[in-house]
Amino acid sequence: MDILSEFIRVTLGTVIDVLPIAVIIFGFQFFVIRKKPANLNQILLGFFWVLIGLSLFLLGLEWCLFPLGRLMAEQLTDPAFIQAAQVTKDVGEGLNWKDYYWVYIFAFSIGFSTTIAEPSLIAVAIKANEVSGGAIGVWGLRLAVAFGVAIGISLGCYRIVVGDPIHWYIITGYVVVVIQTSFAPKMIVPLAYDSGGVTTSTVTVPLVAALGLGLSETVPGRNPLIDGFGLIAFASLFPIISVMAYAQISEARSRYANRLNSRREKDTRNSRDSA
Amino acid sequence: MRKTIKQLAKSLLGSLRDLLPIVLVILFFQFIVLQQPLPNVGQILTGIVFVVLGLTFFIHGLEQGLFPIGESMAHAFARKGSLFWLMAFAFSLGFGTTVAEPALIAVAAEAADVAAVGQMIEATDEAKSRYANGLRFTVAFAVGLAIVIGVLRILKGWPIQWIIIGGYIIVVVMTMFAPQEIIGIAYDSGGVTTSTITVPLVTALGVGLASSIRGRNPMIDGFGLIALASLTPIIFVMAYGMFI
Repeated sequence: MDILSEFIRVTLGTVIDVLPIAVIIFGFQFFVIRKKPANLNQILLGFFWVLIGLSLFLLGLEWCLFPLGRLMAEQLTDPAFIQAAQVTKDVGEGLNWKDYYWVYIFAFSIGFSTTIAEPSLIAVAIKANEVSGGAIGVWGLRLAVAFGVAIGISLGCYRIVVGDPIHWYIITGYVVVVIQTSFAPKMIVPLAYDSGGVTTSTVTVPLVAALGLGLSETVPGRNPLIDGFGLIAFASLFPIISVMAYAQISEARSRYANRLNSRREKDTRNSRDSA
Repeated sequence: MRKTIKQLAKSLLGSLRDLLPIVLVILFFQFIVLQQPLPNVGQILTGIVFVVLGLTFFIHGLEQGLFPIGESMAHAFARKGSLFWLMAFAFSLGFGTTVAEPALIAVAAEAADVAAVGQMIEATDEAKSRYANGLRFTVAFAVGLAIVIGVLRILKGWPIQWIIIGGYIIVVVMTMFAPQEIIGIAYDSGGVTTSTITVPLVTALGVGLASSIRGRNPMIDGFGLIALASLTPIIFVMAYGMFI
């Protein structure tokens, strides 16, 4: 059967992927630490689940989501589609950056939704929730990162359309990160930096790369070899900003709530005193 | 056994919920914006079932296998107290997981094409594959080094922001001197190095180390390894583009 051979092919690919990691881990475990981990059977079974899970996941993506997503990226960036949706009807002016609005909306929604499904982000969110004793919610972190990726990718698409050099955007982003770092709650900073790296893996990269290449091929004057890259950099920079912003907002809110509470207490005390 | 099944059923629902946004986005754009029928519905449905099952199994395996081994190794190394072996482990984990990473292999091949078009190297297959392999090993070395620096940071308790901000400054300075063609690829290479299996392992290692060393806070010191692993490749790829 077709699907079975595909499954075997993908599983083999995953095994080749996991093999060096397993060799390093178990090599160090048995030759350097020289102690059997307490729950070896459970761990081996866990590796097996990871292997099967990742293969099924990749197979499903390659089978249904990626072809469809790529097709959509192509259709949405197609000059014919964009001309049909044109808003600025200045004759002879050609296409304006505003005419690509469906591309930005698609970039935003695909960035957001693929990040929510990103397995490595789920892993980091579980760990962060565990370590922070529940102070950082799994969903809070995932939504904050997803918004960051969504904004980053739409801005990256805008950059490809207008043709600005990438480094000005990235350097500005870095400056924002540096400024935020000095004001954000200390606890969130390392996690925020990490969330930049985790967002871009299995699900997001192939779709985003297709979008970038599609755009730079159809926008006049863009070179896919140069302008097609860089979307992933946007997708790894903006979550840092959004996660720190999320922590800053929740800190400010709890400070505001505290102040409100203490004022209310004072009020009731005052009214009690006057009574 | 029943407990496992119950757990799996619960995380199956979770995976369905995780995937729902993608399905909605695709349906919306296909029907409302592009106004086209869905091609081969059967295949898409099968694919979605696979993705949901796969995500469920992966998360299950993560909690059973990847997290525990990462943490138990971190504790074992902390107890053993051998700096050399810890560093050797950190480097091999970074290098070994990156060098075979399919996303990196793809990006390296594309980078070689760009370099050939930009006439930085000869446009022959041999020159291109030499360039791509060199790039791959450069990035893998950069990630290995990043994990070593990151582990050292956890041991010493250095604040992460100085290292990251220092790295950004190096990136900004290098951007001014690096050839135009390499910049986009260099920035992207930071993002592609951290795969789905590496991230949970490295996170568990960092958090495990930080929680088994006295005076370290797992929240403040445990995270940050992935950030470093996404930063050093940018620097090394730009350096590679400048010198080759």
